[in-house]
Parts: sequence; structure tokens; C-alpha cells
Amino acid sequence: MLPRQAARAHAPQHEGIAVIALIDYGAGNLTSVRKALAAVGAEVSIPRVPSDLDTAEGVIVPGVGNFQRTTALDSEWRDGIIGAVERGRPLLGICLGLQWLFEGSTEAPACVGLSLMTGQCDRLKGSWPLKVPHVGWNGVEFPRASRLFEGIQNGSQVYFTHSYAAPVTNDAVAVTTHGVPFASAVERGHVFGVQFHPEKSGDIGLRVLKNFLDAV
Amino acid sequence: MLSKRIIACLDVRNGQVVKGVNFEGLRNAGDPAELAQRYNEEGIDEVVILDVTATLEGRRAMAATVSAVAKRIFIPLTVGGGIRAEDDAAAAIDAGAEKVSLNTAALNDPALITRLASRYGSQAAIVAIDAKWVDGRALVYARSGQSGTEREAVEWAKEAAERGAGEILLTSIDRDGTKTGFDCGLTAAVSKAVGIPVIASGGAGSLDHFFQVFDEGCADAALAASIFHFSEHAVRDLKELLRRRGIPVRL
Repeated sequence: MLPRQAARAHAPQHEGIAVIALIDYGAGNLTSVRKALAAVGAEVSIPRVPSDLDTAEGVIVPGVGNFQRTTALDSEWRDGIIGAVERGRPLLGICLGLQWLFEGSTEAPACVGLSLMTGQCDRLKGSWPLKVPHVGWNGVEFPRASRLFEGIQNGSQVYFTHSYAAPVTNDAVAVTTHGVPFASAVERGHVFGVQFHPEKSGDIGLRVLKNFLDAV
Repeated sequence: MLSKRIIACLDVRNGQVVKGVNFEGLRNAGDPAELAQRYNEEGIDEVVILDVTATLEGRRAMAATVSAVAKRIFIPLTVGGGIRAEDDAAAAIDAGAEKVSLNTAALNDPALITRLASRYGSQAAIVAIDAKWVDGRALVYARSGQSGTEREAVEWAKEAAERGAGEILLTSIDRDGTKTGFDCGLTAAVSKAVGIPVIASGGAGSLDHFFQVFDEGCADAALAASIFHFSEHAVRDLKELLRRRGIPVRL
């Protein structure tokens, strides 16, 4: 508990508002995520160095593109993020950020994921009429209750754009099918991940972000 | 199951929606952010802002427009029309667009598709193809349909996909503005030739035309402008009709 109290002591101006560290590692644009977080009342900071994570009350790893891009998060960043998780700070991976929570991906076999979730991400198998990338609105089915989808109806539609996906394991709290079923959201303790884009999924997406903030 | 997407296009000049808007029933229908918000409430799946200005002032106003729209709606937003180079794309994306749509610029410099895809991801790079039938060949036109090229639409779509485009926005010049329906044959040919999603555009005149382009045309998404401006409930009515006829949609 001590580090959390210390963090609060260093950030009295943020009292009552959760300060979320949004990790910018050059994988896509953060504007939309920032705007959506602002819309649900979060204060966002972009950490410049891993030690900036010490004062974060929650961490979000967004990102689109090739799994290779996650190598921009070097061992110091990984230690910083893992350290935040160990201090009890909630972590949310979005899209590529969800995939990075796993052990790795066949998209870039040499790159090691954060390994907070078990399994490898793999390419969606597309053959006519299924297209890959999987782009658009698709339903999420809930195998069990979760904090991320509190107040959200089973089968709700959210916006996806990706070619690789995480396997359905016990950590999956939402499953979507595009040719094969994949984990559209995962949750283990205070580690969360969504394959879809909550910042682009209308009111449902904003509710998912709000639910994450409630965990912070 | 993945839904078929319905996309509203806003033609914007100097910060105002300019084409095909019926102002009836709206206090300020010319404002892109208000119109985008109305569509969002009605259940539109995406919004495309098409910049129909050519001036520098117009392009500066565009960033403000994109930003204003992006503050109001949390669904995918694409900017097209004014993207001539990487800097234009960066400005649109920094203002809050997820995707940019390249047309003439991609024809002039096909490597631009790859540069944008590697900078922002393929999902951010849409290649717009304006096609017109000439002697039995669907040829690609540049500069808003002003300049013909020798490229065939299907071949150009395949090349764009190979170069990293995430989606194809296919507009039939023959059908555009005619309200006689989408060019389902052309859409199906392109959709079957590429592994990436194809957005059909040009010719929407009735709700039934959307069913046809998803059914016969094998489109992944359909885009229209004026048909949505004319009726308060067009988006919801359209989606309810599609669902009744077995097309998966988000309602």
C-alpha cells in the first residue's frame, strides 16, 4: 500500500480524478483514445520515461499495427508496467495492447509479449466471404460476468480492426467469432485487455472505459 | 457475425456540409458536427468527411471540422478528399480521424499507401477508387473523375491491397448522383478480387439498393450522402429493413 499512498501524496492536484498513464510507443495515434478517456472523466498523462509510471493510478497500452512494434517497449518500460501491476494498478491493453499481454504472436515470433496471459496470438484465417483484416462491428459474447462489461448487454456490438487475435482461454471475458472464435476481451485480476476499440465503439465502448476507470 | 456497415458521407467545404442536404427539421443542418451527431444517434456505423475544398484556408478549416466532429462522436471517422501527401494525412489523423482515404495522391504515388500504412497501420489507409465503364472495362479516374487513367479498377484494387491499404472505397462514377442503385457487378468483382473490405459508393437512391449491394454486390460496407440527409429516420429504417432481409447489421 505504501507506494500507492506515496503516489497520491505526489499528485495532490489530481485528487478525485484517476490519472491514467497512456503509453505512446509509436504504434498508431492516441488522439481518439485520449478524447474518449476525457469523455468518461479520466485525466490522461503520457509518460515520457518509465519512471513516470510510478505516479500513475492506471495504465493503458493502446496500439495498432504489427506485433513487432511492441519491441519499442524495452525492458525498462516492461519493468515499469509490470511494477505498476504489482503495485495493484489496473492495466488495460487495447487492440495490439491486448495481444501484447499474451506470450507472443505468430506475427513476429521473435518478439516476446508481456506474458501476463497464457497463449500465443495467431492470424485470423480468412477465406471468401470472410475477410482479414476483420474490420467493423461485431458482437461480444460473455462466457462469464466481468468488471469490464458491467452493465453491458451480452451480444452488444463493438468496433474491431485487426488481423491477429488472442486465443480463448480461461481469461477470456468476451468471445467474438470471425471464422474462428477469439478472445475479444480478457480479464485476470486487475489486468484487462480488449481486442476491439472502445474509443470507437460508441456508448458501449465508453462504458467499457468507464468500467476500467472504476477499477482504478 | 460481422455486421455490414452503413457509412454516412459529409461533403464539407469551409467547415460546412454543402451537398445534398435538406435543411428541413434541423436547426443547423450545415454543421458537420451536428449532422454527424444526429447520424450517430440514429445508429450510423461510421462517418466519412469528404473535403471538397481545394484552398489552403479550406484545408485549415478542415482540421477544425475533423476535431469538432471527433469530439462529438466515438465511432470511426475517415477523412478524404484533401489528402495529397503524408502531411495532409498526418493533420487529419492528429485532428482525430482514424482513417484517411487516398485517391489521386495514391495514383500519382502508389508508395504513399505503404508509407501511410507503415506509419499509422493498414487500418488507417483507405484507397478510394473512382471507376467508370469504358468499352466494357471499368477504368480508374483521378482528380474527382476529371482525368481518365489506363488502370482497371480490379487491378488497381489488388495493387492497393498489396501495397498495404486496409480497405477499398469504390465509387461508381456512372451511378454517382443517379439514385439508380449501386454498381453491384463492379462491387462484386472488386470485393472478390481483394481480401480486404470493400465499401460501395455511388447510386444509392432507395433502401432496397443497400440490400442489393450487400447481397449481389458482396460489399462489406455501403456509403451514401443525400439519402440520409433527406429523412430523419433513414439510418434506422434502413438497418431494420436489412435485418428483416437477413443482412447482419448493428442495431
